[in-house]
Amino acid sequence: MATITEQFESLQSRSQHALRDRSAVDCIRIQVGSATCENAAGAREVYEEFRKHVAASGRDDIMLHQTGCTGRCSREPIVGILAPAKMPVKYQHVTRELVHEIFTQHILGEEPLWDKVLDGPISEPAQHEILYCQSRRCDLPGPSPLAELLPEKLRQAGVAEGTVRVTAASCFGACGKEEVGTCAHLLVRPDKTLYRIHNEEELDEVIRQHVVGGQVVQPLTVPGKTVGRKFFEIYGDVAFFNRQTRVALRHNGVIDPESIEEYFHYRGFEAMRTVLTRNDPKWVIDEVTRSKLRGRGGGGYPTGLKWKMGHEAKDPVKYLICNADEGDPGAFMDRSMLESDPLNVVEGMIIGAFAIGAEQGYFYVRAEYPMAIRRLENAIARCREWGVLGENILGSGVRFDLEIRLGAGAFVCGEETALIHSIEGERGQPRVRPPYPTERGLWGHPTVINNVETFANIPAVINYGADWFARIGTDSSGGTKVFALAGKVQHTGLVEVPMGTTLREIVETIGGGTTTGTAIKAVQTGGPAGGCIPAKWLDTPVDFDTLSRAGSIMGSGGMIVLDETDCMVDIAKFFMTFSEDESCGKCTPCREGTKRMLEILERITQGHGVPDDLDKLERLGRLMKNASLCGLGRAAPNPVLSTLEHYRDEYLAHVTDKQCPACKCVALLYYEIISEKCVGCTVCARNCPVTCIDGERRKPHVIDQARCIKCGKCFEVCRFDAVARK
Amino acid sequence: MSTTTDNWPEVQATAREALGEDIAALIDACREDEHPESRLIGVLHKVQETFGYLGEKQLDAVAQLLQVPAAKVAGVAGFYHFFRLTPRGKYVIHVCMGTACYVKGAERVAQKFMEELGISWGETSTDRVFTLEGSRCLGTCGLAPVVMIGDDVHGNVTADQVPIILDTYLKRAK
Ligand SMILES: Cc1cc2nc3c(=O)[nH]c(=O)nc-3n(C[C@H](O)[C@H](O)[C@H](O)COP(=O)(O)O)c2cc1C
Ligand code: SF4
Ligand code: SF4
Ligand code: SF4
Ligand code: FES
Ligand code: FES
Repeated sequence: MATITEQFESLQSRSQHALRDRSAVDCIRIQVGSATCENAAGAREVYEEFRKHVAASGRDDIMLHQTGCTGRCSREPIVGILAPAKMPVKYQHVTRELVHEIFTQHILGEEPLWDKVLDGPISEPAQHEILYCQSRRCDLPGPSPLAELLPEKLRQAGVAEGTVRVTAASCFGACGKEEVGTCAHLLVRPDKTLYRIHNEEELDEVIRQHVVGGQVVQPLTVPGKTVGRKFFEIYGDVAFFNRQTRVALRHNGVIDPESIEEYFHYRGFEAMRTVLTRNDPKWVIDEVTRSKLRGRGGGGYPTGLKWKMGHEAKDPVKYLICNADEGDPGAFMDRSMLESDPLNVVEGMIIGAFAIGAEQGYFYVRAEYPMAIRRLENAIARCREWGVLGENILGSGVRFDLEIRLGAGAFVCGEETALIHSIEGERGQPRVRPPYPTERGLWGHPTVINNVETFANIPAVINYGADWFARIGTDSSGGTKVFALAGKVQHTGLVEVPMGTTLREIVETIGGGTTTGTAIKAVQTGGPAGGCIPAKWLDTPVDFDTLSRAGSIMGSGGMIVLDETDCMVDIAKFFMTFSEDESCGKCTPCREGTKRMLEILERITQGHGVPDDLDKLERLGRLMKNASLCGLGRAAPNPVLSTLEHYRDEYLAHVTDKQCPACKCVALLYYEIISEKCVGCTVCARNCPVTCIDGERRKPHVIDQARCIKCGKCFEVCRFDAVARK
Repeated sequence: MSTTTDNWPEVQATAREALGEDIAALIDACREDEHPESRLIGVLHKVQETFGYLGEKQLDAVAQLLQVPAAKVAGVAGFYHFFRLTPRGKYVIHVCMGTACYVKGAERVAQKFMEELGISWGETSTDRVFTLEGSRCLGTCGLAPVVMIGDDVHGNVTADQVPIILDTYLKRAK
C-alpha cells in the first residue's frame, strides 16, 4: 500500500500536470478578481471583456486567471498583469474601456499604462525594487537603520535616481530565533531573490553584484520557501500590501479559489500531510499551543487549549465546527477568505479534526454570503474527489467529512451554544455555560468551534513552524490579525498585520487616514460588542488585552473609522438598535435592558434627554454586563459605555444644550438663512420638499421654522453658503 | 418509517404537491440523515428560494414530510430574520444598514428608495416588482453604501443613482 507521502506526491504531480496544460511557464497572466466585492465593482464585465480580447488576439501565450479578492475594496476592480521577468503591474478601477487600452498597449505593445496603475500614477517604472523588512527584529547591527542606509548605498554605487525603488515591507517570514537583531532581510525584485545580510559589506555586495551587475549573490540568499515570498512576488508592488504580513490571507487574490490544482501548487495540503505522517494529535496540539494562536472569532481563547480539551473529552463521537456566521456588520474578512481561499480553511479543519478526533465537521455559514457558500461547496466536492476528505484520507486511515449548514440571519447564532442549536434545527437561542461545548455540544457530544480565520492560520502554523508564528505577534498572542477597514477611511479593505501593530499604523499609514483628509475622531472596533477608541489613543498596540483595557474589544476585526461628522451618541444608538433587534429574548436583563437603553438614547438624540439619563445608561449597562446570559447581552452596553467615557461632553451637549456638535441628530438641527449672504437665487425654495422657504427673487429668503422638516436640502443646494446649520 | 395517521398517503400526496417534487425529494434525502430535524433550516431556505417566501401551506407541508411538529416549524421560521412569511416582489432590494454603510450615508439612500417607491421597510410596491428590506451587512463594507437587488450587489450607491437603478430593474421586469 502506498504511504501517505506517496499518495500526497501523486496528487501533487497530478495537479502539476493539470496546471502545465493550462499555463506555459513563459505565459503572460492576466489576473482578474472574482468575489462578491469585486463583482459588485464590475469585475465580471472586465473578465468577459478580457476573454474576448484574448480570443480575438489568437495568442496562446496569454492566460486569463481568475482569483479571489485581494482586499483592496476601494480600488476594485483590480487587474494584475504578470509577464515573465517583468515586475507585476496592477491596475485599479478597471472598466471595459480600460481593458481595451491595457490589452493593446500593455499586453500587446509591452508598454504599461503607468497613469492607471494601482495607487498610481507612477511616473517612471523602476527596473528593480528592493523591499526591506521593517520589523524591529530585522536590522543590521550598527548605527544607521536600513531605511537610511539603503538609499545612501545606492547613491554611492552610482545607481541612477528612479531606477531602483526602495520599499518598506513587513516580515517575510525568513527570520529565525538565532538571527534576531543580527541581520536584515531584503527581497530584490523582479528576480524574487531573498537575501539575508549581516553587515554593510554584504549590503554593498548585493547592490554591486545584483542591482548593478545583474548577478544573484548566491551565498547570501535565504534557502527554502518562506511564507511571505510568494505573496510579495505578486503583490509587492504597492505600499498597501508591503506593509502587511499576510498569513491567513496569504493566497487571497493570488490563487484561483475554485482550483484544487492551484492550491496544491501553493503548498496546499502539505501541512495536512505532515500531520498525518506524524500521526500524533498531541504533537499538533502542542504546535498550536506553542504558536500562541488565539481564537479569531472575538473571544481570543487559546486555540491549543481548546483543542486539548476536545482531544481529552472521552466520547467516541466528536464534532468540529467552523463558525462562518460573521455577524458583526462591518466585518468581511471571513467572507473574503471563504471566497478567495476556501481550501486553506478546509485544510485547517482537517488538521483540527485529526487533533481532537472528530470524524464529522460542519461549516456554519450565514445565508447572506451566497458566493462563499458556492465556493465552499465546490471546495468540499473537489476534496472528496481528490481523497483529502472522506473515509480514508491519503490512505492514513483517518476519516473526516464536512457538511455546510446555513444560518438564517440571526446575529446571536454566532454565539457557540446558539449556533449549535441552530445546526440542530432549533431556534438559535443560547444556553447557560458550563457545560462548555467541548464537553457537551452538538447532539450532546464534545464539540470544538473555531472561527474561519483561526482555521485559516493552522496550515501556516504547521508549514512554517509554531515558533515563527509566535514570534510574529506579541508575548501573549501569536501571529497576525486581519482587520476589515471601513467607514471614513481612504483605503477601505482588508489589512493583515502582526498582533501588536498600533492602530495608527493600521488606519493612517496603511489606511491612508480619512477620506476627507480631516482628523480621525475615533475608531470603532468589535462591532456591536465593542467600543470606540478615541483618536488620542491611536498609538495603542492592537491585541486582545490592550483593546479590552481601552474599553473596547478586538471582536472579529471589524474596524470602522469615524470622523468629525460622526456623532458618538448616534453611533451608540445605532449599535443599541442593532442589539435590541437581535436580542433573542431569552433572558430579562438583555431583553429589557437593550429596550430601555435604546429608549433613553432615542430620547437624548430627539432632544428630550435629562441629565439623569447618563447615569441611568451607566447603571443599566453595568447590570446587563453582569446579569445577561450570553455574550450578546453582556457586551451590548459596550458601545454606550465607551462613548460615555470618552465623549461625555457630546452627550451633555445633547442633553443640556440640546445640540448635536457633529450636526447629525436631525431633531437637534436648525437651518437658517443668513440674510447678508443670501442673493435670492431661489434655488433653495425650489428644492425644499415642503416649500417652507419664502422670498422674492434677488431678495433674502426666509425659512418658516414651524414647517421645516430639517431635511438639509437647502443647506446642500445653496451655492452661496447662505444657509447655516446649527 | 411509521405512518403517523391513517390518511398518511393522502396527507403525503397533498404535501408533496404543495412543495413540488424537487423539495419533496430533498426532504426524502434529509429523512435518511441521522438527525433529520437538523435539516429543517436548510429545507426552509430551499422553500423560500423556490416560492419567494414561506407560506402557511408550505410550512405545513414541510412539517408533515419532515415529520417535525408544525409548531416547531413555525417557531423556527419566525425566529430567523432571513425567512419571510409574506409574499414579496419580483426584486428584493436589500439596502445595507450595517455599520460601514450607515456611517457612509445608507440612511439617505434608503430614504430615496422609500420616496421613489412609496413604500417603507418590509413592504412591496403595488406593482409587485419591488420589496424593500434593510440588511445587516452584505460583507462588502469596503464599497459602502451597498445595495443588493436580486443577486446583484451595487457599491458606492448615492441617493441620486436610486431612480436610475430602479429604472433598469423595472425594464428588466417587463
Ligand atoms: C453574540 C455573539 C456573536 C458571535 N458571533 C461570532 C461570529 O460571527 N463569528 C465567530 O467566529 N464567532 C462569533 N462569536 C464567538 C463564538 O461564540 C466563539 O467564541 C468563536 O466562534 C470561537 O472560535 P475561536 O476560538 O476560533 O475564536 C460570537 C459570540 C457572541 C456572544
Ligand atoms: S443575553 Fe440576550 S441574546 Fe443572550 S440569551 Fe439573553 S436575551 Fe438572548
Ligand atoms: S439658495 Fe442660498 S442664496 Fe439662493 S435663495 Fe436660497 S439661501 Fe439665498
Ligand atoms: S431643511 Fe429642508 S424642509 Fe427645512 S427649509 Fe431646508 S429644504 Fe426646507
Ligand atoms: S523577515 Fe524580518 S522580522 Fe521576519
Ligand atoms: S456594513 Fe454594509 S456591507 Fe457591511
